[in-house]
Amino acid sequence: MTMQLYPGLNLGEAHGPDHAKSETFVFGFWVFLMSDLVLFGMLFGTYVVMRDATAGGPGPKELFDLGSVALQTAALLLSSLTCGMASLALKYDHVSDAPVPPRSLGRWLALTFFFGAVFLALEIRDFVEMFAAGSPPMRSAWMSSFTALVGLHGLHITVGLIWILVLINQIGMQSLRGVIKQRLMVWALYWHFLDIIWIGIFSVVFLGGLL
Amino acid sequence: MADALFGRLSVDSLAVLHVFEDATINNMVDSGAAGLVIVGSVAAILVLKVFRLWTPLFRDWLFSVDHKRIGVMYMALALVMLARGVIEGVVMRWNQSAALGGGPLDPDHFGQLFSTHGTIMIFFVAMPFIFGLMNFVVPLQIGARDMAFPVLNQISLALTATGAALLMISLVVGEFTTGGWTAYPPYTGAVFSPGVGPDYWIWAILLSGVGSTLTGLNFAVTIYKERAPGMTLMRMPLFCWTALVTSILVVFALPPLTAAAALQALDRYLDFHFFTNDLGGNMMVYANLFWMFGHPEVYILILPAFGVYSEISATFAAKRLYGYETLVGATLCIAVISFMVWVHHFFTMGQSATINAAFGIATLLIAIPTGVKIYDWMATLNLGRIRMTVPIVYMTGFFFLFVIGGLSGIMLANPSIDFQVHNSLFLVGHFHNVIIPGVLFGILAAIHYWFPKVFGFRLHEGLGKLAAVLWIVGFSVTFFPLYGLGLMGMPRRSASFQDPSYEPLMQVAFYGSLIILLALTTVVLTIVVSIVYRRHLATPLGDPWDGRTLEWWTSAPPPPWNFAVRPQVTGVDAFAAAKERGDVYAPLDHYEPITMPAKTSIGFVVLVTTTLLGFAMVWWLWWLAIVALALLVGAIVVGSFYPPTEITIPADDVAREDRKWRESARQDRGVTRDEEISALNHGRAAPDMVAAE
Repeated sequence: MTMQLYPGLNLGEAHGPDHAKSETFVFGFWVFLMSDLVLFGMLFGTYVVMRDATAGGPGPKELFDLGSVALQTAALLLSSLTCGMASLALKYDHVSDAPVPPRSLGRWLALTFFFGAVFLALEIRDFVEMFAAGSPPMRSAWMSSFTALVGLHGLHITVGLIWILVLINQIGMQSLRGVIKQRLMVWALYWHFLDIIWIGIFSVVFLGGLL
Repeated sequence: MADALFGRLSVDSLAVLHVFEDATINNMVDSGAAGLVIVGSVAAILVLKVFRLWTPLFRDWLFSVDHKRIGVMYMALALVMLARGVIEGVVMRWNQSAALGGGPLDPDHFGQLFSTHGTIMIFFVAMPFIFGLMNFVVPLQIGARDMAFPVLNQISLALTATGAALLMISLVVGEFTTGGWTAYPPYTGAVFSPGVGPDYWIWAILLSGVGSTLTGLNFAVTIYKERAPGMTLMRMPLFCWTALVTSILVVFALPPLTAAAALQALDRYLDFHFFTNDLGGNMMVYANLFWMFGHPEVYILILPAFGVYSEISATFAAKRLYGYETLVGATLCIAVISFMVWVHHFFTMGQSATINAAFGIATLLIAIPTGVKIYDWMATLNLGRIRMTVPIVYMTGFFFLFVIGGLSGIMLANPSIDFQVHNSLFLVGHFHNVIIPGVLFGILAAIHYWFPKVFGFRLHEGLGKLAAVLWIVGFSVTFFPLYGLGLMGMPRRSASFQDPSYEPLMQVAFYGSLIILLALTTVVLTIVVSIVYRRHLATPLGDPWDGRTLEWWTSAPPPPWNFAVRPQVTGVDAFAAAKERGDVYAPLDHYEPITMPAKTSIGFVVLVTTTLLGFAMVWWLWWLAIVALALLVGAIVVGSFYPPTEITIPADDVAREDRKWRESARQDRGVTRDEEISALNHGRAAPDMVAAE
């Protein structure tokens, strides 16, 4: 039984010194996520306050396409699953004295990127349709707060996707160094975090708006 | 409309030219200030050139990731900004002293003055001072070699400097907001303030806010993960406790500010409607977001100052800190309650009396843990071997003045009193009364206390005491009249007034501000004189005050790796305990090589790109904003492909330096507490006569 050095999946002692070395970095990232969560919390609060501030413009019932939102949710949940598989591949399909990354790792990362990109594409399409339908963010305080909250999540997803590309490149170009393992660990935390935020957005914004 | 190449920039934007168009007193002050920034910058560049300091500046400072050097750079930045903030305060007091029926300054100019004064004093004086102190002291006190994330630490400093740079640029190019440091919309929205002023505020706050958040994260992780073996949380020096709690507050309290400023930016740049008067906007959301940051911020600043008072009361009374556990508990209480009181900043904005009562009671509660602390410090000093050094002089001023400020806070916590005096000079009197004797005196005491550790020589005691007395007197003469003026009904932020009965107290306050200016000058003079007499004041052995905590158990200035061998800790006041046990300078026989992070230029890249980014966004230079952002992201991505570089210091080098220090410490006869401020003090504390009996 390996000692847990921080919450979540640990690399484990099979990874030799990389296990202990990841402690500070991953812990620090948890602290960052807490801070980021407060930022999302502020936008959630703002959204809830402005829920009815549609100023005579279109509201959730006119604008939300639950079918598309369901597809986005499915894509993001699948990407979280493949992200989890990537973490397991990193932990178990790989031993510390062989710096060659397991092939499964790259495959899971690529799949995660794919599902994340599908999510983002669908989200952008929805935004474009809403704006075109006469409800740009300038239309009302409600639409402003909707765009800011969902847009902040989308911006995080975009950063996460760029991050995956950089990591895939680094794994391909270089051996699976300890630093890259740490980055994979925290990127996975980040990705699951965004999944949880999305569950909040799905429940509060979309389901709440259509009730 | 904005030009594609120059955005909103034009020749009119240059403040230094205003006086040539129309030579009013107002324009002389305006252009004079801009000219001062330009002359100061040119002078700094010339000094660097003439003394060939460019290379050392970059090599030893800007590229350094050493927490001690980063701490010093924070303090230097804060000192420069403090000079500007104090001068602005004096100019405002001068204007108001002659403001019966209209002062010499335009209302718009006066509005910029109080907005920059507040923004600078909170974000670019108090916070960098606090972060600078924490940077220097915390890793040493917990027996660490550096921060958990040294490169991130450098980037945080760069982002803070970016915000300060934007404030300075706003003096020369364009104008700053007239909406106060809180920048309340809708006044600061695009409809009422279409100029660049609020945008300077937004970008200075957003960029430096990211830096502060990362600093909070870095210290929380450092304190949790990098403590010396044996140093449990309850064995940490109290300054570290306050630094930890402040860091946690920063991590949780900065995001609301980021949210407020970012949403305000969306309103101003993309015509969103969060805080506008039309289409459903609601400025109360801004007030809530801002003060959800703003109130914890007060404790972010004051808690480390409380940590300083804890350290100096124990050291200069030569006693163990009284009520260590209650001080830790009180700090944690204050931190928790600080998140539950934000509404007391807008009691008058229309929520129900029940809500006001709840927040009023929560506010009153904070006085309890704060009172516990005051009594703990007094009990620490009681029957101690007190030396009236400069930090203790500041602390004495703090005791009297801070309690008065706290009591006026208790009055304001009562909503029905607040309705009478809110937005009056009474409030201005109150918050200066807690921030100056609380935070600023704490920082000045800390500078005197730790200066010999940072630079290896003490500050001049006589001048230091003079400065402390001038601060105490200057503060009292300036700010006590404001309580009276507030009760007489004078609103804050007034460029002029019509009631002649305000005038006498206004003039007293102006003379008080001149005493404060003199006090600040004396502080600078103290530093200059001490540098001149540094050989006379040298304390290279590192323990000039008979210190009790680990930072004193190394040479002054400490080696880059802080401790040749990380100390083993067995209780509170680890160094004092070791001194009682025996020879703390006994030779060691085993040394190991030490790995340290190497220098990096990423912080400088962040400084340049984010300053360009902020400037470009303020002036609508979209092409420049895109270039700056691309460079910033590119530098971070490309940098991540290179392994983090480290340097290993051979055990022989570590041993040579350490043995030299231990050898000279053993040969020094040491000083008793009575001789601490004499030239005999080389930084070794001999057992005291009283303690020896």
